[in-house]
Amino acid sequence: MGKNMTGKTLYDKIWDAHLVSQREDGTALIYIDRHLIHEVTSPQAFEGLRIAGRRPWRAGANLAVPDHNIPTTKEERNQGLAGIKDPVSKIQVKTLDENCREFNIFELKMNDLRQGIVHVVGPEQGATLPGMTIVCGDSHTSTHGALGALANGIGTSEVEHVLATQCLMQKKMKNMLVRVDGTLNVGVTAKDVVLAIIGEIGTAGGTGYTIEFAGESIQSLSIEGRMTVCNMAIEAGARAGLIAVDEKTLKYIKGRPFAPAGELWDRAANAWRELVSDTDAFFDRTVELNGADIEPQVTWGTSPEMVASVNGSIPDPLAETDTIKRGNIEQALNYMGLNGGTPIKDIKLDCVFIGSCTNSRIEDLREAAQVVEGKQVADSVELAMVVPGSGLVKQQAEAEGLHKIFLSAGLEWREPGCSMCLAMNADQLGEGKHCASTSNRNFEGRQGFGGRTHLVSPAMAAAAAIYGHFVDIRQLNI
Amino acid sequence: MRKFTKEKGVVLPLDRANVDTDFIIPKQFLKSIKRSGFGVNLFDEHRYLDKGEPDADNSNRPINKDFVLNVPRYRGSRVLLARDNFGCGSSREHAPWALDDYGFRVVIAPSYADIFFNNCFKNGLLPIVLNRNTVDQLFLEVEAKEGYQLEIDLNTQKIIKPDGSHLEFSVDAFRKHCLLNGLDDIGLTLEDADAIKSFEANWQARSPWYFNKTETR
Repeated sequence: MGKNMTGKTLYDKIWDAHLVSQREDGTALIYIDRHLIHEVTSPQAFEGLRIAGRRPWRAGANLAVPDHNIPTTKEERNQGLAGIKDPVSKIQVKTLDENCREFNIFELKMNDLRQGIVHVVGPEQGATLPGMTIVCGDSHTSTHGALGALANGIGTSEVEHVLATQCLMQKKMKNMLVRVDGTLNVGVTAKDVVLAIIGEIGTAGGTGYTIEFAGESIQSLSIEGRMTVCNMAIEAGARAGLIAVDEKTLKYIKGRPFAPAGELWDRAANAWRELVSDTDAFFDRTVELNGADIEPQVTWGTSPEMVASVNGSIPDPLAETDTIKRGNIEQALNYMGLNGGTPIKDIKLDCVFIGSCTNSRIEDLREAAQVVEGKQVADSVELAMVVPGSGLVKQQAEAEGLHKIFLSAGLEWREPGCSMCLAMNADQLGEGKHCASTSNRNFEGRQGFGGRTHLVSPAMAAAAAIYGHFVDIRQLNI
Repeated sequence: MRKFTKEKGVVLPLDRANVDTDFIIPKQFLKSIKRSGFGVNLFDEHRYLDKGEPDADNSNRPINKDFVLNVPRYRGSRVLLARDNFGCGSSREHAPWALDDYGFRVVIAPSYADIFFNNCFKNGLLPIVLNRNTVDQLFLEVEAKEGYQLEIDLNTQKIIKPDGSHLEFSVDAFRKHCLLNGLDDIGLTLEDADAIKSFEANWQARSPWYFNKTETR
């Protein structure tokens, strides 16, 4: 009863605006404004359409781009489809091209300058707009919430469903507010903020909720930083993360190819300024963190919640009283080849990966380049690679000379794609190797069979490449 | 979709929290453009001792005898008993496809990741939520008795134990209806095509900036 008396959250507003119909048990039909498509989770959906003799409901609402599977070496990319050495990957990328042609869907093909990781491309092209509902067959679709859009990942059956009907059957989630107030310390980034949040609420803390991130620390972040935060909402269990629209949001979007222009822009911008939670909105759960307390974060285990400050230590499983949690820690340390009590700074790295939909945008690359400039990758680091999030990010980085900084420091400079974040292509972490990675998941085998992932910010990954172990970037003079 | 009414089968206890979708089906198998054939690679990195590859022959691969799926008494399991946050991680529907293709029809756990939970219902796989204490008790019973089976009756929302006693579970009315009747979601939604069209026309009039300039629909 009391709920009806209060104002609306940002999530409530977008949900209500897209409600087509609702059943008695709360199952709702929600209209979808934008559907992003990639090669891995779509082939079976297109096949389903063909079998049923269906066509896309609104082809223009879709945008496709191959990213998960494609090679990132220039040698392979220069030869186009024929250059993809893995025959199974080649078929999948080719299938996306064919499906987009057959169903009249706009695709940025592998070697288009605008191609990149789907969650980098959407905002970059202005295909992600505030107040939209956005879905994609990829859990990191939560990224787009940084622009005040309601965005969540879906499975392949739902990819087919949205293609065929422009709608999804969903039940409304609960509202969670994560407030991070206070001023972030220099050297503490969006990645550290979101890892600290996950450390606080756990990987299932957001299950059943849409999380709105708010507070001074969140507002102070750039739009790209906000994308990093929303990207990892799913790592806290929430399908969608959201951040209220402000002038930074509007400034970011204006002038992008898919964004409205002229008189339509003014009308849209006015409507989008309303996309904030009302001051008396009801949240089912509120979590508060002090941004000033957050230090650079490093994960030590096999779940993103297994995270510590760079100045901390790996927890001792024997100190854990909950037997299930203790078992989880022991299992993780066994897989990671690490011991409880070891200082985070003593973890040695074999590999460094800077990329992924979490951290492959231009600001991430600038942050990393600043750390490695004029230095050399440690001899003990076998592979350090930078994989820009899109062709346009790559072009911008090259215009600023960042690629030269990386190359002369001994890092590889690759073509855009998902790469070693999930290691579906040839970019795989070796068995038993430790990797400082700017990606989003440190699950067993995620970056390669037997590989050991440590999630960090771009600056922390870059510093780890230079020193061969983790260092607190705040103690470096940069 | 295949109808789900009653299922009875051996219970496989997977005693581990936060089982993620990479654990259920590693990424290299996602390169397939088909929906079937994933069962032999279910839990691949734990079930075998070497690295699996898509389209490879799995019959001669070294087996991890310690992994519960390979323990003879659990052969032919149809019910998967799991711990908290089962199915976390990616949105890959290949995870329920692999479980289904292997032969599982029911998962029982204290909690699930949202996307995985949703994907199960699209594939005739029933994910049941029971409280932690009940799940703990089931783990004890399964491990104590070889050949432990459960019967799941969706219509009455009951789980019948070997001793004849039962547990109750809840399920959304609409999802239950779809599972019991094997209904195709898309077909159901298209029954509301007029409502969608009318919503869309209003929405385009109010928020034309969400529609590309070239769209005339």
